[in-house]
Amino acid sequence: MRGVEPVLFDRPGPRGRRRIAVATVVAVLALAALVAVAVRQFAVNGQLDAAKWQPFTQWPILRFLLMGLVYSLLVTLVCALIAMPAGALLALGRLSVRRYVRWPAAVFVELFRSLPTLLLIFVFLLGLPAMGVAVPTFWCLVVPICLTGSATIAEVFRAGVLALEHGQVEAASALGLRYGQTMRLIVLPQVIRPLLPLLLVQLINLLKDSTLGYVVSYAELLYSGKSLAEFVHAPIQTYLVVAVLYMIVNWLITRLAHALERRQGLRPRARVRRVADAVPVAAE
Amino acid sequence: MGFPELAGDLLSGFVRTLEIVALSFVGALLVGTVVAVCRISPVLPLRAFGWLYVEAFRAVPLLVLLVLCVFGLPWVGLTLSPFASVVLGIALYAGAVVCETLRSGVRGVPLGQVEAARAIGFTFGQSLRHVVLPQAFRAMVQPFGNVFIGVVLGTSLCAAVGAQELTYATKVLDIGGANPLVTFGLAAVLYIVVTLGSGYIFGRIERRVRFQR
Repeated sequence: MRGVEPVLFDRPGPRGRRRIAVATVVAVLALAALVAVAVRQFAVNGQLDAAKWQPFTQWPILRFLLMGLVYSLLVTLVCALIAMPAGALLALGRLSVRRYVRWPAAVFVELFRSLPTLLLIFVFLLGLPAMGVAVPTFWCLVVPICLTGSATIAEVFRAGVLALEHGQVEAASALGLRYGQTMRLIVLPQVIRPLLPLLLVQLINLLKDSTLGYVVSYAELLYSGKSLAEFVHAPIQTYLVVAVLYMIVNWLITRLAHALERRQGLRPRARVRRVADAVPVAAE
Repeated sequence: MGFPELAGDLLSGFVRTLEIVALSFVGALLVGTVVAVCRISPVLPLRAFGWLYVEAFRAVPLLVLLVLCVFGLPWVGLTLSPFASVVLGIALYAGAVVCETLRSGVRGVPLGQVEAARAIGFTFGQSLRHVVLPQAFRAMVQPFGNVFIGVVLGTSLCAAVGAQELTYATKVLDIGGANPLVTFGLAAVLYIVVTLGSGYIFGRIERRVRFQR
């Protein structure tokens, strides 16, 4: 049976099959009742009226939301371009043999992994102007996301490097490569491929962080949704449409990550233990 | 504004944050367990529901969910306080993560363990209670620590939807003209104490319960 944990269940016998059939009927009824209650709640409060949903069939309004999505993706992309290389550097810094490199990198990572992005945004949005430094809206959003994002991504890279068989590094030093050369020529190329799915998950996290544009009034998707909700007087409908748009994009990225994972599963394993076994931070 | 008032405001915000964290984390554990049971059950509709729940709530950004809970629910006749709305939102969101944590914990138990349990005559319930879950829970301590830290950091988003907690308190103080260095510095210290502290505690528990193989 597809999807059932093989660890837990045998194939059901006749009695088990009968029980499952009964449970299926009960579950269908319960779920149908749940949906019915939700639909009724919407209908009773007039939220299913055609007038409330009709705006979302009009191209100008859809285009407005899609423009918001484009700006969301722009923020995500800029953050990824800054935070991913920064994360890789921080990870290498944390693994460095030199104490004056290792310590600052470790402090940076631990500090920004422990702080909420929104608090940093308030520092840039409210704190710095109070001290006489004005930051443009776009960077008020991007810089805090990059600070916390690069710290998280650094841990992903570090786990990847630690998962690499140690013999690789030893062989490199036996060949007389220096630390930097070992990392650049031996370690990173072998680590990047198995890490790609995890880095895509981090991309999803960056996209989720970009919703903080809502706070700094940057016209990404959620803030566009807020403006639109006020304009068409249909908040719950607008935010549901916004949520579905986010789900579609994230779902596509997840598919891509799974596809990459499967493709790597087919190839002979590189000299890397399963990264997931060595990852100390959850990918979430 | 003097330092004592400022520290008092931040501390009451901090207590609020801890309340949200405690309630929504417990809620997430409940939601996640129910969804995980659905996801692995042999009953197809329940499995479909579990799958849909996890896919949907892992793909939606937390802030969108909070905005929906706080500004959307009143329009369909569910008027909750901002506090209750954000607890609901975070619990639903983190529930999906908890479900996946539980599932991968159970998945991590080697198949041979269950086969061995069957071979010595354990029933399904016994093998679950004595063999599978004890091993699965040990593997889950660290991931649960990460979920907990995620919930702590996630509560800061409540400030964006107007529910009072620590980050909201810094915003109010800052607009009120307090020294930004002091307010943000203190708030940062409080967050760091909670996240690093809980990370340390979960690490200790993990080492304590780990099997010596």
